[in-house]
Amino acid sequence: MIPGAFEYHRPTSLEEAVALMGQHGFEARVLAGGQSLIPAMRYRLAQPAVLVDINRLPGLNQLSEEGGMLRVGALVRDTDVEFNSGIQSRYALIADVSRVVADPIVRFRGTVVGSLCHNDPAGDWTAAALASRAQVVIRGPAGERTEAIDDFLVDSFTTSIGEGEIAVEARFPVPGPRTSGAYEKIERKVGDYATAAAAVQLELTEDGRIQEVGIGVTAVALKALRVAEGERLLRGQKPTRDLIRAAAEEAAKIADPNPDARGSKEYKRDMARVLVGRGLIKALGRLGVQL
Amino acid sequence: MAMDTSNLEPKGIQGLGKAIKRKEDARFIQGRGNYLDDIKLPGMIYMALVHSPYAHAKILNIDASEALKIPGVKAVITSKDLAAAGLSWIPTLAGDKQMVLADGKVLYQYQEVAAVYAETRQAAADGAAAVQVEYEPLPVVVDPYKATAPDAPVLREDLKGHMTGAHGPRRHDNHIWTWDVGSKDEAEKTLEKSEIRIKQHMVYPRSHPAPLEPCGCIGDMNPATGRLTVYMTTQAPHAIRTVLSLVTKIPENNIRVISPDIGGGFGNKVPVYPGYVCAIVGSIVLGVPVKWIETRTENLTTTGFARDFHMDVELGATKDGKVTALKVYTLADHGAFDAAADPSKYPAGLFSICTGSYDFQKAYAEVEAVYTNKAPGGVAYRCSFRVTEASYLIERSMDVLAHELKMDPAELRLKNFIQPSQFPYPSALGWTYDSGDYEKTLKVALERIGYAELRKEQAEKRAKGELMGIGISTFTEIVGAGPSKDFDILGIKMFDGAEIRVHPSGSAIVRAGTRHQGQGHETTWAQIVSEELGLDVDKIIVEEGDTDTAPYGLGTYASRSTPTAGGAMALGARRIREKAKKIAAHLLEVGESDVEWADKKFVVKGVPGKSVTMNEVAFAAYTNLPPGMEPGLETTYYYDPPNLTFPNGAYICVVDIDKGTGAVKVRRFVAIDDCGTIINPMIVEGQVHGGLTEGFAMAFMQEIAFDEQGNHLSSNFTDYLLPTALETPKWETGYTVTPSPHHPIGAKGVGESPTVGSPAAYVNAVVDALAHLGVRHIDMPITREKVWKVLRQAGVDSF
Amino acid sequence: MEIILNINGQDRKLDVEPRTLLAHAIRDLGLTGTHIGCDSSSCGVCTVLLDHNTPVKSCTMFAVSAEGHTITTVEGLAQGGNLHPIQQAFHDQHGLQCGYCTPGMMLASIALLERNPNPSEEDIRFALSGNLCRCTGYQNIVKAVQQAAQVMGKKSEGLGSAADD
Repeated sequence: MIPGAFEYHRPTSLEEAVALMGQHGFEARVLAGGQSLIPAMRYRLAQPAVLVDINRLPGLNQLSEEGGMLRVGALVRDTDVEFNSGIQSRYALIADVSRVVADPIVRFRGTVVGSLCHNDPAGDWTAAALASRAQVVIRGPAGERTEAIDDFLVDSFTTSIGEGEIAVEARFPVPGPRTSGAYEKIERKVGDYATAAAAVQLELTEDGRIQEVGIGVTAVALKALRVAEGERLLRGQKPTRDLIRAAAEEAAKIADPNPDARGSKEYKRDMARVLVGRGLIKALGRLGVQL
Repeated sequence: MAMDTSNLEPKGIQGLGKAIKRKEDARFIQGRGNYLDDIKLPGMIYMALVHSPYAHAKILNIDASEALKIPGVKAVITSKDLAAAGLSWIPTLAGDKQMVLADGKVLYQYQEVAAVYAETRQAAADGAAAVQVEYEPLPVVVDPYKATAPDAPVLREDLKGHMTGAHGPRRHDNHIWTWDVGSKDEAEKTLEKSEIRIKQHMVYPRSHPAPLEPCGCIGDMNPATGRLTVYMTTQAPHAIRTVLSLVTKIPENNIRVISPDIGGGFGNKVPVYPGYVCAIVGSIVLGVPVKWIETRTENLTTTGFARDFHMDVELGATKDGKVTALKVYTLADHGAFDAAADPSKYPAGLFSICTGSYDFQKAYAEVEAVYTNKAPGGVAYRCSFRVTEASYLIERSMDVLAHELKMDPAELRLKNFIQPSQFPYPSALGWTYDSGDYEKTLKVALERIGYAELRKEQAEKRAKGELMGIGISTFTEIVGAGPSKDFDILGIKMFDGAEIRVHPSGSAIVRAGTRHQGQGHETTWAQIVSEELGLDVDKIIVEEGDTDTAPYGLGTYASRSTPTAGGAMALGARRIREKAKKIAAHLLEVGESDVEWADKKFVVKGVPGKSVTMNEVAFAAYTNLPPGMEPGLETTYYYDPPNLTFPNGAYICVVDIDKGTGAVKVRRFVAIDDCGTIINPMIVEGQVHGGLTEGFAMAFMQEIAFDEQGNHLSSNFTDYLLPTALETPKWETGYTVTPSPHHPIGAKGVGESPTVGSPAAYVNAVVDALAHLGVRHIDMPITREKVWKVLRQAGVDSF
Repeated sequence: MEIILNINGQDRKLDVEPRTLLAHAIRDLGLTGTHIGCDSSSCGVCTVLLDHNTPVKSCTMFAVSAEGHTITTVEGLAQGGNLHPIQQAFHDQHGLQCGYCTPGMMLASIALLERNPNPSEEDIRFALSGNLCRCTGYQNIVKAVQQAAQVMGKKSEGLGSAADD
């Protein structure tokens, strides 16, 4: 299938890119990895009049820790994360996600930030960003602003990026020594959208209580959801199987999935529960807590 | 000038049973294959199709004016334009006819409505997107069981009131045919008297072969010569040429069909599709070559679906497990046109192999086909004409019966197998099985997998609440269609041809009417000829797919190549050997009766040292002939097989089940095949691996599904799932060899055994794992959710 | 628009629309070993290497975006008349049947071996899970990659490893 025609721009500076986006408004789409956008264009589900290809912009491929945050530039590919030994050893949740996004070839081109911007209801990075309380840095005509992920993910395929703006970076808090996480995803085969998935990250106090916890679920609603009630149940508590069961059940309560070939409402809702439970147990296991 | 004959000693005779590497690989590993889309002709233009968004609708208007304004768009045609050429409808292989482009109405979603021709593929796609079609939606028939309800909408208005079809009486406007075999009365009476009786409903869901190369065609009418060359992704180029000639009225000598390298076929590339016809018509009308390459969506939504059999089975048995009778009723969903690719006399294909490997005295099978608002097809997807459905049916049913009898499924099978002494075995439904040793094959499989230990492990696991299952399938196939007394397609008998030409220097070119799609004919045909003629395998080149050069044949599908063309190849070579023997006698200066073929050369009887090689004979055939003999060393042989062949196998699958998600993991899969004589073990092994993988896909993920409005839910590879290396199990293979007594080299064919035989093994394993929870059957594809439902209903939970 | 693509070491000038997919651009240059099998970035038969070791699905990239990268297609694998070890291995191990997925499968394998010269069977299955094969059932493809790993490992002995994981 052949995409519709479009006007192509390949700016060489962020200022130029922002100006182009401002000039063309919602007629324009940013092309980063293109791994969701190009298939959508081939099916003519997306027919942008203008593409602004940001792949040549300098400075957007940084993947480094700064100010307690892991900065992931808009051109960081999924594989940059997948093959980064530092991230793989210290960011348990992000490491898990990086191995199950799309398929191994798509990951060479797809970007973390692009996936957040796409905000597919079954996206992987969105759930991970919720669980790890990430932020997104957005550049527009009025300058730069930083949004908490909860505010950034507005609705299905919709973010808080405004007309003429470009997301330039995602920031994930650097995990402390007693922090771990996990991503539990079921998919019908590699490359399929998740049937359901759960991202969890938690930090233990020295005496083994849950200091902080983040739980995100994906593919079980119109967008990735934070399981806030589950987090609240766990926060400050010593983890037990019963407590985890209760927290996992909170995921099922807020899940409102669309039935499709991947599963019925009931199945996906139950999977939100099962996967949150498994994620918590795995994350605790990685911190040496066996339940 | 005298020829240098120093190289006449053959160095590489590699005959039967040798795992030689494939001759065809060199071009594929270097990107030098020649698939259809690789062909670019001077002046060639592109075609794209307009498809219906509705499953059933009247067409009120088609407006191409906007499309024609797009730069590069040259023409748009609809059914009306085709009617002028008498091509708005074409005959199907099943005795029905089908629309090329929608004629007044559409009967399935994505049906072809108009064709757009343009100078570039971009302009063609833009043109197709710009054609405006006005529809008036009509009520749809999606469920085949509702197709013949009294108030069901009539789908085929062209057939309204025609109460006789190509295969007998029709009882409803949406009914196509009813076909049966065996004695219903006897089967029913025996069932009534049986001590044990089981009934089971099971669906073999609609699927699609989905080769990675989509279908395509280049029509190339030369306006100066009136000769039409058609490049087509076809598994049966000769039959296509004949059909094209009949349909277009172009004399057959003025049509050349070239089937270039094919990127997988699996039955998808047997029928004639509307896109092919439109590309050809476009070339005839516009006077330039026209290329059409299917999109993946077009492939999955409009071409050659398979299966879609809804089956009700009854088995009767004695208390100690001897089956007394089988009765089957099947409702076949054929979609909007009956385009099933079956031999003419067999509208339900060879489904009557449903008695399987077992000695059943009484059997009856009935199949009814109906029209629905779905794409036509019914192709033999890696399957010999509905044998997959039949094999699944009986192998699944045997497990249901074993469960009812509380008998081990292996034991039940052993109790009912046809015994080696019973061959040739006349089955209750009319076939004569050629050979087999089913007990031996199963026992090899049981031992290989460690069956007894696995049953022990299963019992231990079950006590701990863990779920594992073991599934067996001991299938028998029926392939190699076929003997001309029974088998034809559109009247053309299903023989196959081989042409062998031996060159003076002892090399040869071999051509066949078959068309491989990855099966390795360029190697295996050469091995048969090498074996029979004692020529270097490296000096034998194999060509298929060009109707101007290859001998007639019905093509490659239904595991028929080795049983038919393989036989032609061997017997053609033996005919050459007869002439060669005369030349050898001449060279050896003895009488012909003093010469014998031994150790791949001609020897004077009783004088071992006195011999000539085939290379020497070949040279003499062009340089030093006996007086009066016609020069040359070549032949064309058409082989009409005396019977079909019956490959069989014993497959055992072990699965573990995740109680939290319902996920099934195939832990082990042992496949013991008996395909008779093995020509190339490496290639046979590859065929088995591939077929097991497609069976795995069927069992767990592949399905062409529709919603209630007839919307296609599996129109691309994100919705129609093919397994990757990660999901695919690791295969453990093995063989028993029971040659076919009637085939010239004893071979039976193997390409489809694993797709036919394996689905039941997977499903049996899953059901076995869950049987204690009250499950008797789960329909394919076995999704996590189907298992999860069973688990939760039984109160099994975990995270 | 006019672009220059560096394919298999050669600069090739093309006139393309911005919407021209890289796969079509490559094929239109006569390099037809790069195939197309779907529209959804699912099958991987169009896989090529960017900058020697980055596999991409060339039907999910615009040709214009490939400017400035080097592109390796299957036609660029054999050097000086010698097959690349991966090509030899696919042949030796019967890692192909119809041949349609083979170029993409080999290029994805090369990218894996560049990162991980000694992959386990699981590593191989994992790394190739973005490439579909409909014929082989993957088992012989795994064997082929193992053979290539062995051959390539022997060749680069003492030269150090390019892998970073």
